[in-house]
Amino acid sequence: MDDAAIGWGGLALSLILVAVAVGLSVWQGLRLERDMLWASGRALVQLLAVGYLLVFIVDDDTPVAWAWAWVVVMLGVAAVTVRRRAPEVPDVVRLTLVATSGSALLSLFVVFGLGIYPIVGRAVVPIAGMMIGNSIGSIVVASRRILAELADRRAEVEARLALGQPWQQASKPFVRSALRTALTSQIESTKAVGLVFLPGAMTGLILAGADPVDAVLVQAAVMYLILGCVATNVVVIGLGLTRQLFTPDHRLMRLARTGGPG
Amino acid sequence: MPATPLFELVGVSLTIDDATILDDVTLSVPDTGITVLLGPSGAGKSMLLRLLNRLEVPTAGEVRFRGEPVSAIDPLTLRRRVGMVFQRPAPFPGTVRDNLLVADPGAAEDHLAAALRDARLDARFLDRSADDLSGGEAQRMCLARTLVTDPEVLLMDEPTAALDPDARHRLERTARSLADGGRPLVWVTHDLEQARRLADDVIVLVRGRVADDDERARFLADEWSDAAADPEDGPGG
Repeated sequence: MDDAAIGWGGLALSLILVAVAVGLSVWQGLRLERDMLWASGRALVQLLAVGYLLVFIVDDDTPVAWAWAWVVVMLGVAAVTVRRRAPEVPDVVRLTLVATSGSALLSLFVVFGLGIYPIVGRAVVPIAGMMIGNSIGSIVVASRRILAELADRRAEVEARLALGQPWQQASKPFVRSALRTALTSQIESTKAVGLVFLPGAMTGLILAGADPVDAVLVQAAVMYLILGCVATNVVVIGLGLTRQLFTPDHRLMRLARTGGPG
Repeated sequence: MPATPLFELVGVSLTIDDATILDDVTLSVPDTGITVLLGPSGAGKSMLLRLLNRLEVPTAGEVRFRGEPVSAIDPLTLRRRVGMVFQRPAPFPGTVRDNLLVADPGAAEDHLAAALRDARLDARFLDRSADDLSGGEAQRMCLARTLVTDPEVLLMDEPTAALDPDARHRLERTARSLADGGRPLVWVTHDLEQARRLADDVIVLVRGRVADDDERARFLADEWSDAAADPEDGPGG
């Protein structure tokens, strides 16, 4: 594993590329130099802090409860991140917590309950991290698409409600379309894996000296987990958010992207 | 004993985002013919119509349908009894048949044909793509779609606003024959000429209120200067 360690010297050399980015920004007058330096510095500090914490959490002598506590923190951070990226979505923190908790439980049950990995901090933290991290993007896309579809197609939704359809039925074609959009990108990236890009887990394992075929098996399992996780998130968000956008007496609430009738 | 009105509004107010849309409206709609809700843009006509099938709920007051508070009627049942046609036609994907079956998935072919006939469309339209219809045809299909649920009353929210004059007059004649056939209509418009052609009763709304006698007379006289300003033409004063 020592081959994988780049040390402080290696890290310092990688800063050359940050310098290149800053130079390009200056040359093109993008005025992003400060942002680039700040982002690079901040990322390093955050990763170092997490790294030192992980040294403790993944230590074989540390009780695995610490790893689960770390998962809970990740769920909270994911919810806050989604709220920042999709502030127009009502009640998005609660919905995200429900969706990510549900999908994390499901995927962690498969991984640990079925014995694919032993329940140790070294496995719990990175696998939960990948599940929850990949959930953020899909939740943002799904929730924004649902809002946009129902706002843009308000006339059709209300025409269906006016025919006596319940909200679940009146919204179905539009929610289905939004969920398809949200899931399609994950399906496409699952298809392209290995051909277009080498995903993170596999790359990390190969860099760390693992046999490439072993790395592939791990990566394939991770991809399947992520696909299942994303699908669960998207459906939970779809059901939960749509319910939020209708009143109990089957009226579509006023949505940000469009005005109601005059 | 007077007949029970089709709709009654008692002290109804509607506020949306701090804006008062309707302000203490009390009125009744007779259970026959065509009642026109008339008024300038922004008077609250469409919102008032939407209160009648509970697409909106009042902030204060009560709406009654044939004597029963609409809040006490299951909203899905209410909306099938009180059909609505919107300002712009909203065809669903697929054929005209697919559209009509949304209203009643189990409807027999002759029921669909009858709904089309009542909306003055030929049964051959059933296999046409809803996307290929003209504006007037699409609005008639939307009317037929609403008629599939066999509503007791029809709410028409400026249904001719997006139509050319010919299609407008045809839809008006269709509305008249439906009303004469025993199905009362509530028709929203800001078009005084259309109100004159259609109305058995007129309710004038101005700035979210039922116009008083002076406002009503002034509103009608401004742009509707002949016999249609007859104060006996409606209960809405």
